[in-house]
Amino acid sequence: MGRKLLIHNDKVPNIHTLEVYRAHGGYASVEKALKTMTPDQVTDEVKKSGLRGRGGAGFPTGMKWSFLAKPEGVPRFLVCNADESEPGTFKDRYLMEKIPHALIEGMITSSYALGANQSYIYIRGEYFYVARILEQAIREAYAAGWLGKNILGTNYSLDLSVQVGGGAYICGEETALLESLEGKRGNPRIKPPFPAVAGLWGCPTVVNNVETIAAVCPIVMMGGEEYAKIGIGKSTGTKLISASGHINKPGVYEIELGVPVEEFIYSEEYCGGIRNGKKLKAVVAGGSSVPILPTELILKTAKGEHRLMTYESLADGGFQTGTMLGSGGFIVMDEDTSIVKNLFTFTRFYHHESCGQCSPCREGTGWMEKILKKFLNGTATEVDVDLLWDVQSKIEGKTICPLGEAAAWPVAAAIRHFKHEFLEIARNKKFVDISHYERLNAIKA
Amino acid sequence: MGSQVHGTQSFDKAKRAELKFSEEAMKTVETIISRYPAGKQKSALLPVLHVAQAEFGGWLSPEAMDYVASVLNIKPIEVFEVASFYTMYNLKPVGKCVLEVCQTSSCWLNGAEDIVKYIEKKLGIKVGETTRDGMFTLKVAECLGSCGTAPMMQCGASYHENLTYEKVDAILDNYKTEGKQRNYTDLDYKNTL
Repeated sequence: MGRKLLIHNDKVPNIHTLEVYRAHGGYASVEKALKTMTPDQVTDEVKKSGLRGRGGAGFPTGMKWSFLAKPEGVPRFLVCNADESEPGTFKDRYLMEKIPHALIEGMITSSYALGANQSYIYIRGEYFYVARILEQAIREAYAAGWLGKNILGTNYSLDLSVQVGGGAYICGEETALLESLEGKRGNPRIKPPFPAVAGLWGCPTVVNNVETIAAVCPIVMMGGEEYAKIGIGKSTGTKLISASGHINKPGVYEIELGVPVEEFIYSEEYCGGIRNGKKLKAVVAGGSSVPILPTELILKTAKGEHRLMTYESLADGGFQTGTMLGSGGFIVMDEDTSIVKNLFTFTRFYHHESCGQCSPCREGTGWMEKILKKFLNGTATEVDVDLLWDVQSKIEGKTICPLGEAAAWPVAAAIRHFKHEFLEIARNKKFVDISHYERLNAIKA
Repeated sequence: MGSQVHGTQSFDKAKRAELKFSEEAMKTVETIISRYPAGKQKSALLPVLHVAQAEFGGWLSPEAMDYVASVLNIKPIEVFEVASFYTMYNLKPVGKCVLEVCQTSSCWLNGAEDIVKYIEKKLGIKVGETTRDGMFTLKVAECLGSCGTAPMMQCGASYHENLTYEKVDAILDNYKTEGKQRNYTDLDYKNTL
């Protein structure tokens, strides 16, 4: 059984209330930080912990914090990115819904470290009911003196509020999120300047993912060095994995980084194997934008070593034979799955979610969707595989924000590892669709 | 769609003067504005548009957007460019219950397409259409963060997960009996995570 630091109490009745959360050791990191540590000491512990951004990019959190500009007389902001929208990812929703105070505690401790007196949680609009749960928890925290003026009798004051979005994947990109928080369209900003210098309303701002902020609490309590002992190498600590697709036990799992992928998929502790005794075909390991890998490459690296759930092991071999840990959105597909059609759902998604600022992304995602549609209606030819490859290669690296890459990578990986499926459809001039509902429910009955 | 749909009469100029938040909604709007520093009330736009949509029949007419602009003291175009960017704001009339079925990868892998077809057949409408009685609008949505409980659909604030045909029947029957407009801002949400 791996160690759990974030959702170990998720099954405790009424853990969403302040009373129960507090009875299980909640808000201890706020007490420890505000009463016994300076803001810089908190930041140092986060640096020592090796914590990396849990939203997908994996950038070292302590380093991101240390970039924050601190000009005299200018307010600084901490903004929590709760815009979880990467297909396959639902861990932040789980954490916020089950244990909302874990995020609020992390926001207080982190805001103290950064010297922010006003912080925001920007949550995707579709999670409106989760925003209600957070708002209720925030009211409790204010009433108990964890938020507001002179917290715990110290000089430190903090106001915290939630803002709901309007439905746009792009707002998970931190500068688009800030635009949206300012009441504008979610168009990513050109960088530099980075938010650490000019973020919300032009002020220095740190934007961190929900899980990242929640992880600050155990780091402060156990110390950065202890936290860094969990995991392997530069993949320290625990990570929430959202597991979905054709597995027996879909859900959110907290793992110690370093669990073998094979164990994660097949053990009863985690996914419990493939549904209906089917064989594994492919896995998207870190949310829709990371490269899909076939069974042989997701279980073992090209060198023949066991693939582990770490940033490094999943990336081993680069994009030729590897992938990324990303957001931890782990989508599993069984042997009957059409990779081409799954890719179509991803590409349709990116086309829908492109903000439209940059031509390569706005036009390219649409072209890719159209080409993939030809495969699904049986009108594609072999040339279309090359055309699809060509289009994706002309998006990557040519856009303001990483949505371009996110749209291009899954297309490239599907062609790289499953070209035969595209060619088969093109040669047979037909695509045979199957009903997953009937298939899965028939076997169930 | 159009004029036969319940609660979707277009707001002409004469009615514009009547377009006003209820006292309760105005209180909510004031609370939202108070979360931002003075002069930064434009930040309240997205949440206030949700309140407006719920208040004014489930969609944002040009008049409703102009009204929001006047409440926040910003230009009407600043409201429209935002309302037209985000998918949750309806710029055309919709039914009382908007069913949004997620169709992205994990939901597709678990039969979302069949759920859509089942609802289309049951309600006698296609995706994007509203039933003649103005009760339901059917939409498809991109990933709603419910991949582990797929297939799923959202209606207002509620997440309906692990859908089967039987579950869809029960949910739709329930909404129909209830006969209420469903909003993202509703407090009586259901979720099954």
